[in-house]
Amino acid sequence: MSDVSEKSPSTVDNRPPAVQTAPPKKSGGFPLDIRLTILIGVLVALCIVGYALNSTFLGENNVSIMLRLAAAIGVVSVGMTFVIISGGIDLSVGSMVALSSVWMTTLATQEYGPWVMVLCALLVGLGAGLINGVLISYGKVVPFIATLAMYASARGLAERLSERQTQVVREQGFLDFFRGDLLGIPVLIWMLAVVFVVGWILLNRTTFGRRTFAIGGNTEAARLAGINVKLHTAMVYAIAGLCCGIAAIMVVARTTSGASTNGMFYELDAIAAVVIGGTLLTGGRGTLIGTLIGVLIFTVVNSIFTQNNLETDIQNIAKGVIIVGAVLLQTLTSRRAKT
Amino acid sequence: MSTASDPTDEVLLTMSGIVKTFPGVRALDGVDLEVRAGEVHCLLGQNGAGKSTLIKVLSGAHQPDEGAILWRSTPARLTSPDAALRLGVATMYQELDLVEGLSVAENIFLGHEPSRFGFSNRGSARRQARELMRRLGHPEIPPGREVGLLSAAGQQLVSMARALAHDAKLIIMDEPTAALAADEVDNLFRVVEDLTDDGVAVVYISHRLDEIRRIGDRVTVLKDGRTVGTNLPADTPTADLVNLMSGRMVETVFPLREVTTVDEGNEVLTVTGLSRKGEFSDVSFTVRAGEILGIAGLVGAGRSEVLETVYGARKSDAGMVTIGGRRLRPGSVSAAVAAGIGLAPEERKSQALLLDQSVANNVTLASLPEYSRFGFADRGRELRDSRATLERLDMRPADPRRLVRTFSGGNQQKAVVARWLVRDCKVLLLDEPTRGVDVGARAELYRLIHELAAAGVAVVLVSSEVPEVLGLSDRVLVMREGRVLTEAPAKELTEASILDMVMEGSEVVV
Repeated sequence: MSDVSEKSPSTVDNRPPAVQTAPPKKSGGFPLDIRLTILIGVLVALCIVGYALNSTFLGENNVSIMLRLAAAIGVVSVGMTFVIISGGIDLSVGSMVALSSVWMTTLATQEYGPWVMVLCALLVGLGAGLINGVLISYGKVVPFIATLAMYASARGLAERLSERQTQVVREQGFLDFFRGDLLGIPVLIWMLAVVFVVGWILLNRTTFGRRTFAIGGNTEAARLAGINVKLHTAMVYAIAGLCCGIAAIMVVARTTSGASTNGMFYELDAIAAVVIGGTLLTGGRGTLIGTLIGVLIFTVVNSIFTQNNLETDIQNIAKGVIIVGAVLLQTLTSRRAKT
Repeated sequence: MSTASDPTDEVLLTMSGIVKTFPGVRALDGVDLEVRAGEVHCLLGQNGAGKSTLIKVLSGAHQPDEGAILWRSTPARLTSPDAALRLGVATMYQELDLVEGLSVAENIFLGHEPSRFGFSNRGSARRQARELMRRLGHPEIPPGREVGLLSAAGQQLVSMARALAHDAKLIIMDEPTAALAADEVDNLFRVVEDLTDDGVAVVYISHRLDEIRRIGDRVTVLKDGRTVGTNLPADTPTADLVNLMSGRMVETVFPLREVTTVDEGNEVLTVTGLSRKGEFSDVSFTVRAGEILGIAGLVGAGRSEVLETVYGARKSDAGMVTIGGRRLRPGSVSAAVAAGIGLAPEERKSQALLLDQSVANNVTLASLPEYSRFGFADRGRELRDSRATLERLDMRPADPRRLVRTFSGGNQQKAVVARWLVRDCKVLLLDEPTRGVDVGARAELYRLIHELAAAGVAVVLVSSEVPEVLGLSDRVLVMREGRVLTEAPAKELTEASILDMVMEGSEVVV
């Protein structure tokens, strides 16, 4: 029976095996695709607008201010990029920044000196992120809910620890270092650069990054390829938490205080920056360079508005328009790529 | 029992010369079907014979390319599911299409809720729903109950009530008993008889010949998208029916095994008494290096579940899996992968591939530790090895940087196999490896499977296509309802003998 080969003209398919010709070549790590070029174009255009309105816009002073403002949210967005590429979401980043900033600036912590303050912020962020991750991967709570709970409770704990007071940093060594310059460049900007570079290498050059993309792209395929999806997911949220700890140090340095109101709306700004940067909210695809440009676009818009004394309500409308515009652009370009 | 309902001579539906092609496949190639009012007309055929496509044409989901449909002797066009419903054709799909969070009444009237001035008339809906459930012999199911809380049989009834609510003249039932217990089956048949007494026609699809004999009036047999026997009496001998269904035109010549390198005694994979509650029980087999073991059976017989349990993706309740003499930790994919097992799962796109990533990333997905140094991915070696493997598999184009999405089904399947080749796996589990693969690529995959076996890989192959299992395997395991019925060398089995075993209730041995 096995090699019956009665052929009938209608059932035999004589076409050559399908070979697609047009090569839409583009892989995850390759930085310069159309979308990114457009994003950079938008950023440059915004800078030109800023310069036209006020010639000091591109001065050394203003650029330094802009970058220092962008630094903390930039670091948070790096962590958020990992989470979103892995197919998740983290609504608690702002609250984790607040909690870390409060915990590191309590009188008790400050007594131990600057390095314990730094360590405290990192551990609090890492711990909160790990709780998110364990709840999500081992407790099977959906990311939206688990991090929504952390969003509420971390800020609540921050309020309790600080009794809603602003905790001023008395530790001069801490301020001297983190508010200072290194090789003529502010330490805050160095920190953003280091986090970004380390994050980029982790995402694009290591097996950890490869697994993150795999889990976000197709969780079941990753599991069936023998990847420990649960452990990895927990680690991704821990990284997001750690980034919040680092961001808390930066916020505390910039404002010279820790408060439970720090990091307000960071989750929205970070998600917006990641999405503008071309990372798919459904996971599996995205770049850190896109995220960085997304953060910079927002910072530049902010700066244009404040430098020219424009109303913040218009600023928020502008932000909304930018988010929608960027996402529409992506749908259009990806549709074209598929046809 | 076939005389219980009394079919009239009124011809309700005539389909003639129906042709439907999809890219690369001629799913229907001249189907004729005649259904009379008040009869139960059974549709028989193997997987891939065209039954599902025919149902979709009949329910308005697909438009035929050629052929004529007459409804009560006037030409009809079933341009959409809605058009079919308005004509009086309702379909109960195998995968129930109910909204679990809504109530029984809401499901029954979904899309055509009784309403007054735009407000839904819930009272009327509930009254009618209660009436329908009574007619179906289950007045105890309250119309307000959430459908998700009902048993499989209850959901089936809701689905049938929905068909009745449309005042259907013809109801298509696609394997309605697949999820039912014996007493529930009796009730279903009683309902079917009531319906036919009222002049409603039923097109009944089932693999169980005993059911067809119990309630069927006439039988139409499909093979390779064609009607090979029509208007046969329901008591046609099993042997005749099986003969009509088998001997499918095999589109590809199976390559002959040039050398059978089966290494006697070198048993690589041994499965003993493997069980999973509700899926399969007491499954045992061994596979030697260089051997191809085929698993035949209907969809739902537990074949894929066995493969996934051996692979650790499902955790066994009892039994064990040993590989090279060492017992495998149950429920651990990473242990299975480390021991040298590879799986090409049933659903290539949703279970195996990262469609938006490069072929190289897909190929090395299960071997990331081997392709890294201190956690850093070794991209150069990754690309080199991927390219070499793609060339070995004759994948076109053999460009490891291309996105998987841009490849054809056959080439995507090769990418999945390549994932296990780069790590020199000892056991390869293939679940429906040729599904969605065009004819030319099929032949290549067959050749590839033989080459792998020749290279000493132990292969386990699951396929719904009986000729494929017979043509490729050295030994065949036949499964039905979670149990192994037979294990025999492939040359001792024929397509007809396997079909006979997997179709429950066929008492005659051909």
